[in-house]
Amino acid sequence: MTPIDFRTEAKNYRHWRIETEGSVARLIMDVNETGGLFPGYALKLNSYDLGVDIELYDAIQRLRFEHPEVRVVILESGKDQVFCAGANIRMLASASHVHKVNFCKFTNETRNAMEDATEHSGQTYITAIKGTCAGGGYELALATDYIILADDGSSSVALPEVPLLAVLPGTGGLTRVTDKRNVRRDLADVFCTIEEGVKGQRALKWRLVDELVAPSGFEQAIATKVAELSASNPDKTDQTNQPNKRGISLSLLKRDISDTEIRYSTLSVTLDRDKQVVTINLLGPLDKDELSLELLADQAEQFWLLRLCRELDDAILHLRFNEPELGTLVFKSSGNIEQVLKYDSFIREHLDNWLVREISLYWKRTLKRIDLTSRSLITLIEQGSCFGGLLSELIFSADRAYMLEGQYEDDERPPATLVVTESNFDLYPMSNGISRLSTRFYGQLDDLESIKATMNQPLDAEQCDALGLVTFIYDDLDWDDEVRIFLEERSSFSPDSLVGMEANLRFAGPETMETKIFGRLTAWQNWIFQRPSAAGEDGALKRYGSGKKGQYDSTRI
Amino acid sequence: MSSEAISYDTLIPNNVDLSSDRRVLKALEQWHPKYIDWWKTMGPEGFQEASVYLRTAVSVETVGWAKFDYVKMPDYRWGILLAPQEEGRKIPFGEHKGEDVWQEVPGEYRAMLRRLLVIQGDTEPASVEQQRFLGATAPSLYDLRNVFQVNVEEGRHLWAIVYLLQKYFGRDGREEAQELLRRRSGDPDVPRMLGAFNEQTPDWLSFFMFAFFTDRDGKMQLESLAQSGFDPLARTCRFMLTEEAHHMFVGESGVGRIIQRTCGAMTDAGIDDPFDIEAVRQLGVIDLPTIQKKANLHYSLSLDLFGSEVSTNAANFYNASLKGRFKETKINDDHKLIKATYPVLKMIDGKFKFVDEPALTALNMRLRDSYVDDCAKGIKRWNKIIENKNIAFTLSLPHTAFNRKIGEFSNFSVTPVGEILDTKQWQSLHTDFLPDTEDGEFIASLMKPETQAGKYANWIAPPKSGIDNREGDFEYVRLS
Repeated sequence: MTPIDFRTEAKNYRHWRIETEGSVARLIMDVNETGGLFPGYALKLNSYDLGVDIELYDAIQRLRFEHPEVRVVILESGKDQVFCAGANIRMLASASHVHKVNFCKFTNETRNAMEDATEHSGQTYITAIKGTCAGGGYELALATDYIILADDGSSSVALPEVPLLAVLPGTGGLTRVTDKRNVRRDLADVFCTIEEGVKGQRALKWRLVDELVAPSGFEQAIATKVAELSASNPDKTDQTNQPNKRGISLSLLKRDISDTEIRYSTLSVTLDRDKQVVTINLLGPLDKDELSLELLADQAEQFWLLRLCRELDDAILHLRFNEPELGTLVFKSSGNIEQVLKYDSFIREHLDNWLVREISLYWKRTLKRIDLTSRSLITLIEQGSCFGGLLSELIFSADRAYMLEGQYEDDERPPATLVVTESNFDLYPMSNGISRLSTRFYGQLDDLESIKATMNQPLDAEQCDALGLVTFIYDDLDWDDEVRIFLEERSSFSPDSLVGMEANLRFAGPETMETKIFGRLTAWQNWIFQRPSAAGEDGALKRYGSGKKGQYDSTRI
Repeated sequence: MSSEAISYDTLIPNNVDLSSDRRVLKALEQWHPKYIDWWKTMGPEGFQEASVYLRTAVSVETVGWAKFDYVKMPDYRWGILLAPQEEGRKIPFGEHKGEDVWQEVPGEYRAMLRRLLVIQGDTEPASVEQQRFLGATAPSLYDLRNVFQVNVEEGRHLWAIVYLLQKYFGRDGREEAQELLRRRSGDPDVPRMLGAFNEQTPDWLSFFMFAFFTDRDGKMQLESLAQSGFDPLARTCRFMLTEEAHHMFVGESGVGRIIQRTCGAMTDAGIDDPFDIEAVRQLGVIDLPTIQKKANLHYSLSLDLFGSEVSTNAANFYNASLKGRFKETKINDDHKLIKATYPVLKMIDGKFKFVDEPALTALNMRLRDSYVDDCAKGIKRWNKIIENKNIAFTLSLPHTAFNRKIGEFSNFSVTPVGEILDTKQWQSLHTDFLPDTEDGEFIASLMKPETQAGKYANWIAPPKSGIDNREGDFEYVRLS
């Protein structure tokens, strides 16, 4: 089967249009019925599949990087009678469990990216709904900050998953209704069991939408809201540094892909199908130039860290969807740690520059995507590695990290070190809202203080071991065997139980809307996706569209 | 309670023992003044005080449901009338086939049923709104009376649906009943739910076409709902159908009389080329090609009312035993359609092809096929009139893919004979198939009222016989 490709660009969109005018962008959903990613279903009524969402993700990224002047993004439909009917049900019914789970995860990450843009990039998303807005359609709206609904007697919002399909509104729907929009839980219960949804005054009163407007006043209401938001939503980056702030273009990502290897400019990915292990080697920056904003402006999309973000993001998505049986991801790095640290401090010093800020935010999102990847994550710190500052996050995101103590006899490179910087404490929070280090040492403030005291110093294996920054350290005599045995052992466990165990251990600490979405909503959804009432041959999801009702197992579990 | 007798012991004539159902009576009595307000603002413009020779139902028995008398329309006795209950009726189709029909709404189907009712109910006041200005240009008192009869009966159909909403659907039902009076045909802010019911009815030819084509969709929908396992709905629709038949008659005979007049005028003037539009129009009658264009328009708009050919909703409605097929009980199959298929016309690789789809999901297509057959019979009768005058012209139904906005063909431009055009070709040719501004202006120029009893506008022939067997010069409407 042709692998699913996440790389695209605006001129290739089949389902979306971006129209920008000054500081306002319209993101218009106009799904091509016959443009489904797989055969066997038509994307009617602006329903979506992964292909539609890949474009949406790309569009959100491009709005940030190519149109930094945009302050407000209006999400709307290009179709007359319908806003969006949600994820395509026939697609869901025919998709494998693996695809469904990965699809939902990706769509969730994309909606989070909208919220991230609203919160951190000063690009506020709002939704203008005319017509039906159901299921995943309303969940899209929920991911925006303001919802305008046409009061025409028929436009409505709905989460019909429970009554119609015996599944959940799993793209953040249940969570955002209560936690973001603060809909009262009993009214949310009513709302989530009305197939046809809620319209007009009731939708407003129940807080499901923010504004109700007669169709003749619709455009005016949007314009008024946009003006209000533009005034109250100033650019968070310093205009004086970038008087003519202009976006950079992101060209179609290049990669060389074969059965055993994927090569990008900043990483190489090796696939070992026998051992079911993927090794991702991050290549540190090669340039020796002094980092400056001029250099960044000059390099634009060629800037090392931006390339790394895009390429690692693409690699992770590719592996999630196209290589589901390769259960362990091993991260390594190679390069000059000093140079990596220059990037780390350059980023921190120039967060008031819009592009620096965007790149930093992108690195944050990419790391979050890694946290949420249901593979065993292992980081190996060897001679020649360059884990410093922002790259060290890959050590703290891993389920285990192994560090080589000392040198191999025939390798003259100095022993491996790693460097913790301020970035590791505040710049890249996980979905639980705190840093990977704070999560790792949850409740252990003394340990964190000890680590803080070593900031910006190269730490050798022994120090790292003492500080608890790595799991185990081995010398050259043990290293190969220990790593091999560990990887073999890992592959021998049940992938299901590993997924569950890792997802539980990774996210110590506070709950946020994001952790609830990925930890609670998604977990229940994935369970329901396996149950006969939804996914059995006679289940509601399978029978949807046939006219026949789903047969439910009446046992409460 | 006797279900046949109509009780006048409340403000609202009914055969549902309203006086002992305080809850529904209260709801209906609260709704009543709002309805009258709606009628006065959105009903026939300029004729609220006229005395109209109308038929009012006094019994649901076949012999006694039509009583004729003069009445001012706002005083019309709109009532709640259900066809008699059939003892021991069983659900005729769907998952619940063979079970006793439901006298109460099953909780499981409440939302689905309410939606069905609201969609059907919304069309009833919509057509009254669409036709409200026709009185000013009626070609005769006979026709004036007919449009008013249609209007009051559409009003009564609204009552019938509102009764069901208020009786069986609690607070939600009452809210929906209010909403039915709030939406307005063609209003961009609160449009009616279905496209064809937001179109204008600018002239009498449009009205007759609407009554022939669009009301016939209503008939098909009512026929399907008359099969419903929810007995009150089935009984309501069965009674509505007796009235709907009159609307079909007004449509078919109206267009027929226009055709007859056109052909007659052509013969008298010695014009035998029906395509000599200029010459025909000089006679002050509507040329046959324009009548064909009007038919094309109303037929294609009405086909859209059947929804997507392949439809999950239709399948759900059927399987839930809520909405059956046209003449369900006369069809010889399992009435469950679990394994059956039905051929659906689709566009595949640029060609029309029939594709077998699960019969359950193809119910809209099937109902539409029944509708097409029904329309074809009327067209045949119209052609007979033309044939009798020896004019070389045949009216025909356009291809089902022509001018569609909903369903399989909504993205294609197709001519009435089924040729597929690109957008550019369609732009240059569509006025050959559909009425253009000029056609509209010409028809509008003919629309002059004729208010003298027994007289008819020049462009339409008198009917063969009067309403209630009245003489030709009977004064059907007494203008105040």
